[in-house]
Amino acid sequence: MKHKKAKKYGMVIDLDKCTGCGSCMVACMAENNVPFRKDESDKLLSITWMRIYKLTNGKPFPNTDICYLPRPCMHCEGQHEGHSPCVTVCPAIATDYSSETGIVSQIYTRCFGCRYCMASCPYHARYFNWWDPVWPDGMEKYLSPNVSPRMRGVVEKCSFCFHRYQMAKEKAFMEGRRKVEEDEYQTACTQACPAGAITFGDLNNPNHTVYRMVKPDPKHHGRPTNPNAFRLLERLGTNPKVYYLSSREWIRRAGDNYLKSESIAKKPAHHE
Amino acid sequence: MKIDRRSFLSFLIGGAAGTTLSPLTWKLMDDSAIWTQMWPWTPVPADGEASYVNSACSLCSGGCGITVRKIDDRAVKIEGMKGHPVNNGGLCILGLSGLQLLYGPTRVRTPLKRVGQRGQGRWEKISWKDAISEVAETLGDLREKGHSHTVGFISGSDRGTVPRLFDRFLTVYGSPNLMRTSSIIDSYELTLHLMQGAQALPGFDFENADFILSFGSGILDGWGSPVRMFRANSTWCNTGGKVIQIEPRLSNTAAKSDKWIPVNPGTEAALALGIAHVIIKESLYHAEFINYYSEGFDDWKRFVLGEYGPDSVATITGIDSTTIIALARSFARASKPLAICGRGQGTTPGSLNECTAVHALNALVGNINKKGGIFAVAEPDYINWPEVEMDVRAAAGMQKDRLDGAGSKKYPFSRYLLNRLPQAINSGEKYPLKALFVAGANPLYTMSDSKAVKKAFDKVPFVVSFSSYMDETAQNADLILPNHTYLERYEDIPTPAGMPRPVIGLSRPVVEPQFNTKHTGDVIILLAKAMGGNIADAFAWNSYDECLKETLGYKWRVMVEKGFWSYPDFFVQTHEESFDTVSGKFEFAPKETGSLKQFKPVNIEGDKTNYPLLLIPYDSIRLANGVVGDPPFVMKSVEDTVLKGTDVFIELNPKTAGEHGLREGQLAMLSTPVGKARVKVHLFDGIMPGLVALPRGLGHTAFDDYLAGKGINFNELIGPVEDSVSGLDAAWGIRVKLAKA
Repeated sequence: MKHKKAKKYGMVIDLDKCTGCGSCMVACMAENNVPFRKDESDKLLSITWMRIYKLTNGKPFPNTDICYLPRPCMHCEGQHEGHSPCVTVCPAIATDYSSETGIVSQIYTRCFGCRYCMASCPYHARYFNWWDPVWPDGMEKYLSPNVSPRMRGVVEKCSFCFHRYQMAKEKAFMEGRRKVEEDEYQTACTQACPAGAITFGDLNNPNHTVYRMVKPDPKHHGRPTNPNAFRLLERLGTNPKVYYLSSREWIRRAGDNYLKSESIAKKPAHHE
Repeated sequence: MKIDRRSFLSFLIGGAAGTTLSPLTWKLMDDSAIWTQMWPWTPVPADGEASYVNSACSLCSGGCGITVRKIDDRAVKIEGMKGHPVNNGGLCILGLSGLQLLYGPTRVRTPLKRVGQRGQGRWEKISWKDAISEVAETLGDLREKGHSHTVGFISGSDRGTVPRLFDRFLTVYGSPNLMRTSSIIDSYELTLHLMQGAQALPGFDFENADFILSFGSGILDGWGSPVRMFRANSTWCNTGGKVIQIEPRLSNTAAKSDKWIPVNPGTEAALALGIAHVIIKESLYHAEFINYYSEGFDDWKRFVLGEYGPDSVATITGIDSTTIIALARSFARASKPLAICGRGQGTTPGSLNECTAVHALNALVGNINKKGGIFAVAEPDYINWPEVEMDVRAAAGMQKDRLDGAGSKKYPFSRYLLNRLPQAINSGEKYPLKALFVAGANPLYTMSDSKAVKKAFDKVPFVVSFSSYMDETAQNADLILPNHTYLERYEDIPTPAGMPRPVIGLSRPVVEPQFNTKHTGDVIILLAKAMGGNIADAFAWNSYDECLKETLGYKWRVMVEKGFWSYPDFFVQTHEESFDTVSGKFEFAPKETGSLKQFKPVNIEGDKTNYPLLLIPYDSIRLANGVVGDPPFVMKSVEDTVLKGTDVFIELNPKTAGEHGLREGQLAMLSTPVGKARVKVHLFDGIMPGLVALPRGLGHTAFDDYLAGKGINFNELIGPVEDSVSGLDAAWGIRVKLAKA
């Protein structure tokens, strides 16, 4: 049998197109049976697998500028496959790195809520269920059977809608195919984005749009070669699979911690 | 038994080995893990057969196509419909949360009759039969006494079969008082009527335009058909189309635009005329259009050249004259420029002068009824019902003046002036309103000066709500006749706001009605039948579905299959046939309005000494402020700099905050001539100093605990300001005082 190259699913978010409308957040909540509470204004407690951050350039009126930045789980690959910050610390193997898809999983029934992973995640992409999920009477009707509702005491996070991958794969197998096409597996946020700002696909496949958009450099852990593309906290070495595009420099700068005098065009010194 | 060293050690080692090897420990740990997680009250959603239903969303006038995923008979997810002419797969945050409304706690589950005081929330369940006969009796009595004109009807829309049924019912019953929720569409309809002689809606060919001059329109904040606008913006990102956003606050639209020009609030019309001044002076206008297809240009030119030079406009608007000149040049030189207006989501009509001034810019560059320009889109004539036969009572009732003054001598061109209704009722100068029906609208929340609106409602002895949800208006009604939600009923969705060509969507039942609700169309038909005579004769259908099927005729089958009907043969009128004015040309200065003489800024409420600052509302796509409020998912997306606990934040420039001694997060008291509110301060550099901005969409007193009681309803702080030509609400803000709380 021909050797099949592993997939590496990733996402590219075009911040020039993103309007901060929040469709991705809600599409994700609806797709993944995310619970809600009466007061969701404490954002440390509010479970949002996809969260939109608002960035400002800090300049006074009228030179102020803002930008929205949607943040799913980055599905970090780390310095070598599977060396994600969260995966390496989990004592229960409740979160794992799939070498088949590059997706960082979260297995709720294994998780016993120690929250090491939350402490180690530099992107605040993980959320803890402090309470049992409660849906108002009758609202359980809309819960999807494809994603199990979580219980109190476990951590949850974005799964790149892994159940959609499973369904697409099953469908392909049923039809006698071995390959899941690009458009057959798309995350709920990608599908819902009215601005078309989110692109999803296989970063190892040169035919996929995500690959063509960022042109990841395999010699440098997938660092983008597109000058407008960047990853969050690139120099931390987490090797995330979510890329951002922006034509504005202050936004690209906001993606990592730079010294005032430092130019972002400079190649990161780390790992060279 | 003696415990020696040997046996002690054996016991210890044996015990340790036994504990390690025995499955018991691990079993117990596993069990405890399972026990702490597998509590029976964590729901396990039932699996079943998956299917998809195509329908249309009608939570706003955007008219998006939706595809609903179902598991057996449950709807589990709403997604945008691929290939739909409006949204092609994308969907907005509210549309995505629709199932929380369908299955949510705010549904009115059965017809309800008030038992306690109004608004007390004490109801008794009644049968549909009793409810309809009660309404029929009340209406019959009024008609008997010759008071048929004292029945009013507030509808969210006047297009499509259901609103047309309301209209038909009122006509044959004998009341002229059908009112529509007002918006920028009112101003645009009037502008198109006066300047082009068209009875049409504005349609904007955004996808083909390459230079958008937006006078505060929240293109990315929910203006027009929101998903279509998001898509158009991405198109401009790809094609290099430019967006210039003119507004005093850095909205999401301004942040995404190519250039944000902060303008003194309320001076947009002056800026439009200033731009026109430069275009005329430098002869950058479309000479062919002006010479052959326009009328009154010379008068208008004199007026604009005389009073709106860049320097004087700079003083009014706070934008320096070089910027104005550059803006005018780039607008006129763009290949497909398009100027639009309607602040924020366009929920207020604004002044007519502003709309005509902005529209005149489009005429100057000759982009009317042209690719990339603005079209007058007449609603397709698909509703052809036989004329009603009116009896003497109906004819007498219809002869009476409308209570809101639309079509009167003072406001002859306006069709609906809902904003004038509370005042008309409260002053009692014309005649009292004895019964009021509300469908597809929530006036007690959405109309400005909430207190006056409430007072007016209290004066109406019989208020009937058709709402599917327990909204503010339903809460204060005497009778609620709950409609099916949009996911449980058939209904035609007329052309979405701002579409350049007509599209009719079809909303269809995705799931069976969940509760004892009834289609409002059916209720009207049953009501007509219960009243008998001419009224019953005008409603010959057995059910609404039959009426809809018959109305749509051959389109029905296609619409059921595809979810919508588009008009591929819709053709663009040439300039020769575009204008139905007296001159047959585009009117720059319609004489009817006397607009040149009356051209002056809107006087907003409050004096400068007592109220030194200006309060303006802002709209966000994450805060629904129309017929429904935010469902729980959407509330979850609201930032903690907008709402924290139950406190809403105002946006304040750090400079203004400093002058008032206010810091981030501090409590403050906001007072306007209309109302007072306690708010928290959020410092935002993107707002012009001297302004205070408050979001629309919060401060609900109805709906569920996820929404009610949080923040302030902007409408409690502002009252309507009548436009002198149209009579529509022209208020864009109100003067305000800010103090530490």
